Amino acid sequence: MPATTENIITVRNLVKRFGSFVANDHLTFEVKKGEIFGFLGANGAGKTTTIKILCGLSYPTSGELSIAGFDIYTQREKVKKNIGYMSQRFSLYDDLTVYENIRFYGGIYGLGKKEIDSRAHALMQRLGFETSRNKLIRDIPLGWKQKLAFSVAIVHNPKIVFLDEPTGGVDPITRRQFWDMIFEAAHDGITVFVTTHYMDEAEYCDRVSIMTDGRIAALDTPDNLKRQFNAPSMNDVFVKLARREEKPI
Amino acid sequence: MHSVSVHAENLTKRFGETLALDNISFDVGKGELFGFIGPDGAGKTTLFRILTTLLLTDTGSCTVEGFDVVKNYKNIRNICGYMPGKFSLYQDLTVEENLNFFATIFGTTIRENYDLIKDIYQQIEPFKTRKAGKLSGGMKQKLALSCALIHKPDVLFLDEPTTGVDAVSRLEFWEMLKRLKSVGITILVSTPYMDEASLCDRVALMQDGRIMSISTPREVTGNYPLNLLSVKAGDIYNLLGELRDYPGVYSVYAFGQSAHVAFRDGDIDKGNLSEFLIKKNHTSVEITAIKANIEDCFMELMNVPSPAPL
Repeated sequence: MPATTENIITVRNLVKRFGSFVANDHLTFEVKKGEIFGFLGANGAGKTTTIKILCGLSYPTSGELSIAGFDIYTQREKVKKNIGYMSQRFSLYDDLTVYENIRFYGGIYGLGKKEIDSRAHALMQRLGFETSRNKLIRDIPLGWKQKLAFSVAIVHNPKIVFLDEPTGGVDPITRRQFWDMIFEAAHDGITVFVTTHYMDEAEYCDRVSIMTDGRIAALDTPDNLKRQFNAPSMNDVFVKLARREEKPI
Repeated sequence: MHSVSVHAENLTKRFGETLALDNISFDVGKGELFGFIGPDGAGKTTLFRILTTLLLTDTGSCTVEGFDVVKNYKNIRNICGYMPGKFSLYQDLTVEENLNFFATIFGTTIRENYDLIKDIYQQIEPFKTRKAGKLSGGMKQKLALSCALIHKPDVLFLDEPTTGVDAVSRLEFWEMLKRLKSVGITILVSTPYMDEASLCDRVALMQDGRIMSISTPREVTGNYPLNLLSVKAGDIYNLLGELRDYPGVYSVYAFGQSAHVAFRDGDIDKGNLSEFLIKKNHTSVEITAIKANIEDCFMELMNVPSPAPL
């Protein structure tokens, strides 16, 4: 679905300090409903800090934030109900089965038993997982796990899904199948907020922001960014922008 | 041909039901920069742990600089540097204490081998009194590499040193590896990033415990058995689906803003394809014949079914 003009995420002057360290330094940006928004940056640029705040897991030091129409300070629980989250490191329970994981997350997101069963069924059918329903997560291949984790993150039809390096270490075919799923979710109207270190994936986003040192150094469509920085690919844009010297955290 | 530094023959390793390594054999020449390219679960870490004498293979044998990994494991430990995928230094020791510790257990000093690590260590030296656990990811990586090098190893094993590392830091890391290669150290490095393959002398492409191919990056791409077109058009999501349905197409994969379309010789005419896409309402259609890159080759090899188990 082409992104709309309606803002689903609004961030104004977001500041987050840890002691004297400024992890997020006056971030201001919007994400449009239905958009695939790429959130890039060098290691330590402050991406994870921002995502935690957007998901209602951490309070900002200051700034105004509205997520899916809810205020991040006063309506945190509503924010959480309207978003999905998936990270590379952890999202499914290894010692639960495929079905148990779906049921668990469905329950957390407040779906009823009947609803969970029908969605679990549809989800497993779409992924071709019917025969693996009772397999433990630890016994299924990583690529499957990542696809399942994504499906589980949107099992409650959230308005926004946050994907934190969802394709790290995944084989190249599965990585592309994963992006097919992202395109499909966006097509169905779910806003996708995604981080990645694969610069070819940055090209798939409607718009991309690049963070350096806690600030947004650039934000535009991949085409416009390439034009602006006179670079043939997003990889070159990134290399031109990302800071070269390491700073301690 | 160089003389052999690392030799592996018919390595197989099982963990319960999982076949982590499936009859793997290869040679790495002295002074070579050799890459193991493959996704998580390909068996890269298991292989490195066997080669560094930290894990026993079920079958087969291997030697490092002529030493057997089982019989002469102590010799191997003296001449190898190993940087595990997971940060394994002492988090509650400072940068300098960690480096000193590793120098001491190998019977050397920081000063003795400072030349070798200088380029890398200098970047973190301003923080030498900081605890290792408090370093950023990129700095941990540099410290781990310094520690793996401090005893001037003949062979360096780097297990996914660039995983989760941003594109700029990855470039810098490979520049460091080139410098280490130039002083004659044999380097075995694993990575899930296909684009890093071109920086190696030779690469082994790995998937599900098997080595699918071993050759120079140029040979890998030169041996690609199909023809490739790069197709660009406005809407990539619809483009992929339509290309997959086009007669004669063998595979279609997205590569950034274009799609790579593989087909057998003579099966596709550029003009006809262009007409087809314009009829499907695509605008600014661009079709170019291209050479395969490593990722094209890797995906093609993944499509070849594995040999039946014995």
